[in-house]
Amino acid sequence: MFEILSMERIGPGVNRAVISAPDIARAHKPGQFIILRTHEEGERIPLTVADKDVEKGTITLVWQEVGVTTYYFGTMCPGEKLHDLCGPLGTPTHVEKFGTVVGVGGGIGVAPLFPITKGMHDAGNHVITIVGARTEGLLIMTEDMKKVSDELLIATDDGSYGIHGFVTQVLQGIIDKGTKIDLCVAIGPVPMMKAVVKVTRAANLPTVVSLNPIMVDGTGMCGACRVEVNGKTMFGCVDGPEFDGFQVDFDLLTKRLAMYKGPELIALNKFRETSRGCQCQFPGGS
Amino acid sequence: MAEETTTKKPKVPRQKMPEQDALERAHNFYEVALGYTNDLSLLEASRCLRCKKPYCMSGCPVEVDIPDFIEMVKAGDLMGAAWKVKEKNSLPRIAGRVCPQESQCEAKCVLNKKGKGEPCAIGRLERYVADWAAEHGGGKMPELPKPTGLKVGVVGSGPAGLTLAGALVKKGVGVTVFEALHELGGVLVYGIPEFRLPKAIVRAEVDELRQLGVEFKTNWVVGRIETVDDLLEKRKLDAVFIGSGAGAPLFLKIPGENLNGVYSANEYLTRTNLMKAYRFPEMDTPVARGRRVVVFGGGNVAMDSARSALRLGAQEVTIVYRRTMAELPARAEEVHHAEEEGVKFKLLTAPLEIIGNEAGWAVGIKCQQMELGEADQSGRRRPVPVEGAYFDIECDTVIVAIGNAANPLVPTTTKNLETNKWGNIVADLDTGKTSKDRVWAGGDIVTGAATVILAMGAGRKAALSMLSTFGL
Repeated sequence: MFEILSMERIGPGVNRAVISAPDIARAHKPGQFIILRTHEEGERIPLTVADKDVEKGTITLVWQEVGVTTYYFGTMCPGEKLHDLCGPLGTPTHVEKFGTVVGVGGGIGVAPLFPITKGMHDAGNHVITIVGARTEGLLIMTEDMKKVSDELLIATDDGSYGIHGFVTQVLQGIIDKGTKIDLCVAIGPVPMMKAVVKVTRAANLPTVVSLNPIMVDGTGMCGACRVEVNGKTMFGCVDGPEFDGFQVDFDLLTKRLAMYKGPELIALNKFRETSRGCQCQFPGGS
Repeated sequence: MAEETTTKKPKVPRQKMPEQDALERAHNFYEVALGYTNDLSLLEASRCLRCKKPYCMSGCPVEVDIPDFIEMVKAGDLMGAAWKVKEKNSLPRIAGRVCPQESQCEAKCVLNKKGKGEPCAIGRLERYVADWAAEHGGGKMPELPKPTGLKVGVVGSGPAGLTLAGALVKKGVGVTVFEALHELGGVLVYGIPEFRLPKAIVRAEVDELRQLGVEFKTNWVVGRIETVDDLLEKRKLDAVFIGSGAGAPLFLKIPGENLNGVYSANEYLTRTNLMKAYRFPEMDTPVARGRRVVVFGGGNVAMDSARSALRLGAQEVTIVYRRTMAELPARAEEVHHAEEEGVKFKLLTAPLEIIGNEAGWAVGIKCQQMELGEADQSGRRRPVPVEGAYFDIECDTVIVAIGNAANPLVPTTTKNLETNKWGNIVADLDTGKTSKDRVWAGGDIVTGAATVILAMGAGRKAALSMLSTFGL
């Protein structure tokens, strides 16, 4: 169960793995996530499912190395097994034919945006996808996105690839052209989602964002993932992870995401002293 | 009848439970109660009057044959005593530790009834024989009947589900337990702390069920991978028991509750127990190591949280409760243990707001002084604010332990399953039958947050009801 079938580096500190998980692949819907534990002593962390193959019984996970678990995962090799994999969790994306849907993905947020884009495309929407990153080397999954988008716009902050600028500027450009847009879906770092919402709010364009609060159980039991939406406390794991972007308190989310900064560093430094941890710049151990 | 049996007055006093020293144990996660020795168990067993009409049994939600097992202790047949208990209770090592015996079997004990207040220590004896049996190889497993071919699915591996699984498998019914978390035991592993119920014991009790033939699936979220309807239709199970627990934490809905350093008791205890954050960084999961910790609430979960906070290194732990010591809903023993270890009680105090700093961390709470007014519907005197009396308590960690609501995941994904206005599943309290054909339910998901033994009782009743439905 939960065997790693492939593991590849797709960007600096960004990995993609295909995992054997037939039950999850069968049940998964766009927008849902899993919670995994790499090893017995490990944490439970949520990752959004980036893709799945029901016939092969696999799911694809894409993640950036930031803490002990994500680094540990990056050192695992094909043939190794995840200790635990639980899902699918969370409320699925509301997919229907809206008309024109703009997807905005920043950095690692492109991965969770992919199945939603695919779902929206399959539902008959005209899909415009904006993918952005700081620099060319950090762009991920652009080829995958091309297949499920009617229009794909790529931007880098430093202009090393595609349009020179932020995803918000590209989005503003589309809006300014007078394109009729029915829905925007934005997933990426919190500052990016906040900036996107600033643009779409001014244009009165309904916007869905996917949040990544800290979680433990992922089934609504612990409340670690509390977020405020329209002044009300919601649980990211069961009420979300997607919410109305206009209503989300992004500043609170940013503060809560920093809650374990100190311990996270201690755990990571300890991991780096282990035999597995010292090779964590080499994904897949090769 | 009982009169006759009480003519012989017991000379032996109720034997105390040996415990770790309070100040020492407040800094470790080892078990507080150390268990009886053989001598203590014999002395205590000798106190049982073997009443012709054993009232104690009527106080036990799973109807353990109490006088019989105590008689076997007297005769020195500890293995026999353990299996006598296990005929009715599949989890005696757990029940012996966490049951509120003082309000159940021991409350009904004749020695208690006579106004002596010194009932036979049934719970301590139960724990002793069950631990003894486990430490001596467990003894011979009971012979199982031929498989009936019937299959039952159990949603959740907490005390209700485990008890039901044990009762069914002993009658030749195939049982598969579906658990959302990575460990089996539900609240027994995520909620109740190591120092009250060592997790190795839960694991051993679960292993015994596995040896009897119960199948367990972890990381398996019913309602997400498959629904209860899928289990009945696609997997062709003959019946499903829902024992998914209360498990959705309530908050006070006061300002500042989403500040960093503010936890639900569920999260605080889950990080500490299930994820073993007390062993961080050996274990990867952290939990705030607050210096000044405040706990809202007065139940057993509040006591567990406060005592865990002490063990995690807090200098000061304060329970903030709206009423007085007399109204604390926690077991007297838990309150006593907490006091011994140094937990402070700030009574007649209602939190109004959690104060935060600029970085978003809790730094204190704003409180309202209360006093007791008229009795409310529950018969308890209602706390009312003392006008103009406000004060602050400085703290860096806040744990909200004011109860749980029903987790909606299973009820809302099951067709035609009746729930009440609080989201609890409506089920017959004697049989566990729900409004849906072939579906039974029991434990906290039906009653709201209650005790481990009540959940075990519900599991047992549902098992008996299923067996009679199956004609077994």
